[in-house]
Amino acid sequence: MGDIEYKKAGSILNPLKSLSFFTRPAVTEPLEPRRAALRYRGFHLNDWEKCVGCSTCQKVCDNAAITMVRVPSLPEDELQGIRNLRPAIDYGRCCWCALCVDLCPTGSISLSREYVHTCTDDELSSYFVLPDPRGMHNEHFGEGWNKTPENDLIDPRRQAMGELQAEQRIDHFGEIVHGYDKQQAIIEASRCVQCGMCHEACPTHMDAPEYIRAIWQDDLEEAVRQIYNTNPFAHTCGRVCTHRCETACSIGKRGEPIAIRWLKRYAMDAFTPEQVRDIVGTPQVAPSGRRIAIVGSGPAGLTAAYDLARQGHQVTVFEGLDKPGGMPRWGIPEYRLPYERLDADIAVIEAMGVEIRCNTWIGRDISMEQLREDFDAVLLGLGLQLGRSTRIPGADHAAVHKAVEVLRWVTEGRAFKVPRTAVVIGGGNVAMDAARSLARLQRKTFGEVRVTVSALEDFDHFLADPEEVRESDEEGIVILPSRGPQECITEDGRLIGLTTLRVMSIFDDQHRFAPRYDETDRQLHEGEMIVEAIGQMTDTGLLGEELTEALEWSRGRLQVDADGRTSQPWLWAAGDMVHGPDVVHAVADGHRAARSIHRYLTSDAIQEEAS
Amino acid sequence: MRAENYEARNHPPSHEFEINFGPNHPGIEGNYALKVRVHGDQVVAARADGGYLHRGFEKLMEQRLWIQNIALVPRICVPDPAPMEVAYSMAVEQLCGLDVPERAQWLRVLQLELSRLAAHLFTFGGHAATTGMYSPMFWGVADRDLLLDLFEELTGGRVYSIYNIPGGVRRDIPEGFLDRISATLDYLDSRLPDYDNLLFTNRVFVTRAKDTGPITQAQALEWGVTGPNLRATGLAFDVRRDDPYLVYDQLEFDIPTEQAGDAWARTLVRRGELQQSVRILRQVVERLPSVEGPIRAPIPNPLAWKVPVGEAYVRIESSKGELGWYVVSDGGEKPYRVHIRGPSSMHAVQVLEHLVTGARIEDVAQIMFSLDACPPEVDR
Repeated sequence: MGDIEYKKAGSILNPLKSLSFFTRPAVTEPLEPRRAALRYRGFHLNDWEKCVGCSTCQKVCDNAAITMVRVPSLPEDELQGIRNLRPAIDYGRCCWCALCVDLCPTGSISLSREYVHTCTDDELSSYFVLPDPRGMHNEHFGEGWNKTPENDLIDPRRQAMGELQAEQRIDHFGEIVHGYDKQQAIIEASRCVQCGMCHEACPTHMDAPEYIRAIWQDDLEEAVRQIYNTNPFAHTCGRVCTHRCETACSIGKRGEPIAIRWLKRYAMDAFTPEQVRDIVGTPQVAPSGRRIAIVGSGPAGLTAAYDLARQGHQVTVFEGLDKPGGMPRWGIPEYRLPYERLDADIAVIEAMGVEIRCNTWIGRDISMEQLREDFDAVLLGLGLQLGRSTRIPGADHAAVHKAVEVLRWVTEGRAFKVPRTAVVIGGGNVAMDAARSLARLQRKTFGEVRVTVSALEDFDHFLADPEEVRESDEEGIVILPSRGPQECITEDGRLIGLTTLRVMSIFDDQHRFAPRYDETDRQLHEGEMIVEAIGQMTDTGLLGEELTEALEWSRGRLQVDADGRTSQPWLWAAGDMVHGPDVVHAVADGHRAARSIHRYLTSDAIQEEAS
Repeated sequence: MRAENYEARNHPPSHEFEINFGPNHPGIEGNYALKVRVHGDQVVAARADGGYLHRGFEKLMEQRLWIQNIALVPRICVPDPAPMEVAYSMAVEQLCGLDVPERAQWLRVLQLELSRLAAHLFTFGGHAATTGMYSPMFWGVADRDLLLDLFEELTGGRVYSIYNIPGGVRRDIPEGFLDRISATLDYLDSRLPDYDNLLFTNRVFVTRAKDTGPITQAQALEWGVTGPNLRATGLAFDVRRDDPYLVYDQLEFDIPTEQAGDAWARTLVRRGELQQSVRILRQVVERLPSVEGPIRAPIPNPLAWKVPVGEAYVRIESSKGELGWYVVSDGGEKPYRVHIRGPSSMHAVQVLEHLVTGARIEDVAQIMFSLDACPPEVDR
């Protein structure tokens, strides 16, 4: 094919050569339905099993063609991050760009290989479709445009958190994780799709999407404001929260969830307590003249104190030990939660005008009856400070201790005899805390770690967080799963170890706790000290007999209503003693009780009582 | 109206009348209008009247996330949408300092040249139809459909590919795709003699097109004419060669030129480009298997993407001419300002008005099609 020259071009006869086309088949032949290409962008398909209703598709849709529709028949689970919302598409607006597919965190949306939709009835509503796996017309034309890991626009990897290696961290109580730097935090925050699953799953419903976005915008003051909307234990939760938010995170459905806890830590670490106080502001309301006593200075009590003080009430917190903070201080080792961070949280709360009286035991220094007389309302915010015993033979030996005791000694800095060998009974996070604390002391004292953890559960059903297990392992702690404690063995009055049997099953047919053991598999684990970490309870002795009688109890737990109020109108309870051990639950409880107390104190009922 | 072309005293009102040529007229590309004043069958004055396809793209883009604009931009020029996506993506990449993986660059060339082929086939058909010959139009549309089949396979969409995103492209080629491209290219090669017989060497067409709507090179440069229309005046300027982007500097191709600057020359330049695009595509088919690696640079979460403060100007060679994209970011999640220098706005306004004035009424449509102006791109 040469180029056409002017002089050669232009014969009147040339077009006649095209007459040969009369004998050729037409280009439109054969006339039959054509299958669309394998990645055709047809109508939406949505796998309802995979879809969690996060609404990311709606956010990225550039035509606002997607509406989230509630489907009541579908399951909803806040804690797992599952909503019964499903995207519905307005095909009058959709432009088939398939960004919804490429951005879907769960990978539930794809497009079909269907070319055509025509109205089969007079209703325009047939262009508004709730896609399901069957396709637009219940005829499966096959999946077209879909998502594979190579073309995913969601980054499944979280920013790695720097941490001390086992060798660097084992002989001291310094914090293990380094925290994010600015660049890491901004990149991590940018992974968020703002679905709000975290907000719903969080016991105190933290405004996580808002503070993550503020961190991404590098507006840390705004992040702190958003954090303090719902959580004055921000430093603490930024380090040791059980982060249900991350379990619910929709990015976590296929990838690693946003590191929401570490982002909170990052935002908080940027400010001193004074700065935080200035950011959140001190109370600007007139004093109400009401006085509230709070027993216990843990997260539940101090959260309620924070709220009530900001509403103008006069709050006094009574703490039996010499420092405020409750279980986070006395139960959580410093390598996870440096106490200066806890102090920073408490300093902000105190700056709101909360008075904390340490070394004041209720029942010894002041009675509940006294509190009732001196204050308008009383809130109990007690932790689980008593350890439970296995009650196996020998458990009453002087060298058998409860994990909470050991952890308290460590926090106090009390000089106790560090055992050369130790056995910890239990497989939860408290057992790990005790084991790892002892390991550090052993390493400091003897240069080597000889701690054994004996847990009932196997690794598939382990109670402690996987990272706790991994880190314990790195630190040289021996974790033995499926071992049931039988007897604390002594020799000449000296504790020498624990015997265990292999666990065959833990629960019986009715799911009651009834462990069965393999009697042939008995082992002795060496230990000069045995630490029981099998559960804790609240010391309710301080209430006094009369009050204990008057209150309602259920299986040893104080009964409260949905707002945390007990059967006594002046008494509320919150935190671990009501809901079990968890910092963020305690914070949520504190808010709830504070709301109820505030309502009571500003209601007509109390006005009448007073007059 | 161009005042120098119209003197009322020479044209008594009874012999002149003004007619609306468009916005709905088979001889006009898309929704576009010319108000022409005719004396007999002679056009004595003309005014281009656009705006019927103004959808406010530039302003709309300021309201949308950077990623969302990729679904919007191909709509700016329906017959040749690929350059819009590529230019927008390149501008954002320039602002972000993103390095596009080589394989993505080859895939972009593949898409751009397929789009150029499709656009030119469309234009031949249209140009032929304005001279009363409808068979080339049917052929052009039918053959373009084969290219749309390839687009469907590669990008999931037949017309609006929405294939590019800042950082690269969205999908790699499907299994066996290169063979199917080769087969289509072979078919197009075999079709060229048919087109020659029916159109390019058809005496009726040649006579109608020759000396119709001529532009001199000086005029072309003065009026901002680019692309095939400029090359038809003898100036071999092509952004792909003179300011190479993507991997065009690794490709061998010629710049077809003609000297006459009339409708015939413009069509011949496009015919030559058709051949060159086929040549480029054959090189892409050969090279692509050896270019390995990712098809996209890592980009942030599209819902949380701030583009650094700055401005970027990108120009590429579309089938219509030089396409310039100027994108400004204030560091936010959406463009601060976007301006598109589409080649068609020059061709369809000042050049068209000038060429039509003095022409005969039956040539008005032919002149417009020979300039290959794209009204939606004029209006944006």
